[in-house]
Amino acid sequence: MSGPRRLDWGEGSPERLYVLTGGRSGSAAREQLDLVTLIVSRSSPDPALQPEQAAIVRMCGYPLSVAEISAYLSLPASVVMVLLVDLLADGRVEARPPIPAASLPDAELLEAVMHGLQNL
Amino acid sequence: MDYRISDPVPGASPGEPVGPRPQDALPETVTTAVKIVIVGGFGVGKTTMVRAVSEIRPLTTEETMTRAGEGVDHVAGIEDKTETTVAMDFGRISLNERLVLYLFGTPGQERFWFLWNGLFDGALGAVVLVDARRLEVSFDIISRLEDRRMPFVVAVNAFPDAPRHELAELREALDLPDWVPMVDCDARNRTSSRDVLLELTRYLHAMTLAQTETR
Repeated sequence: MSGPRRLDWGEGSPERLYVLTGGRSGSAAREQLDLVTLIVSRSSPDPALQPEQAAIVRMCGYPLSVAEISAYLSLPASVVMVLLVDLLADGRVEARPPIPAASLPDAELLEAVMHGLQNL
Repeated sequence: MDYRISDPVPGASPGEPVGPRPQDALPETVTTAVKIVIVGGFGVGKTTMVRAVSEIRPLTTEETMTRAGEGVDHVAGIEDKTETTVAMDFGRISLNERLVLYLFGTPGQERFWFLWNGLFDGALGAVVLVDARRLEVSFDIISRLEDRRMPFVVAVNAFPDAPRHELAELREALDLPDWVPMVDCDARNRTSSRDVLLELTRYLHAMTLAQTETR
């Protein structure tokens, strides 16, 4: 197998997702996290953790966006965000937030994007 | 229902790691992520474009929402509530050792607009991908982006069997203001898709400089 290691377990049944998040909707998590917030582990997986949270800690040895975590776990991004809020609160992972939504991004950032794309 | 409590959790045990392949891992030095959204109707080539420029095989993230079934056919007497799951394909481009760009493809039809809040917040800008044979969906997308004050460029995907249109003609048909960049592209082609992203970035850069000057 050379493809990304992604298991297909995702019956996105509302009941299952409800259990995973303890019934939290994720609207609070949304204020803290974005699809492209980068997550990096700051601890090793703890057997006491929920299996999904242990999986997150394990896969974030290198920076990984919330969207990528959602894809690899086959869980909706909103569910992943709720799981991450706990991990962040416990200091098990660190978040590298994206540039805050300003009216317009700054020129220097855009120049870096242009250079990067030109080198593609 | 297929839900079984004994389902193995991917990545829960060290023996079955889940996550990026080693070659897909970002370097530890990456501190900042930015995103660009590619929006268009079904089959217009969003995922094709993501695939053409992404350094990883496109991944899929899902979003679920329970809501009143607006715009959905329903039978009288049945509770008017639907569970909507929408899959979004996305890709990634490492721009330098500190900066990474994510590209999200999202459907443009009104019933998917619930996705837009989380998606467009903090996005640099958007690419409206257009099939010249089916402009209808693009009208709504464009006015919705204008309402959100989300800067965008319009890219016309060149389908081999589509009649060629002059961009000026399409601009008029879309009622697109003069200042919004419009380009032809081939979403299958890496350089062509890259150029669309460059066009957007240049446009954003020019807007930023103009705004700084008037301050």
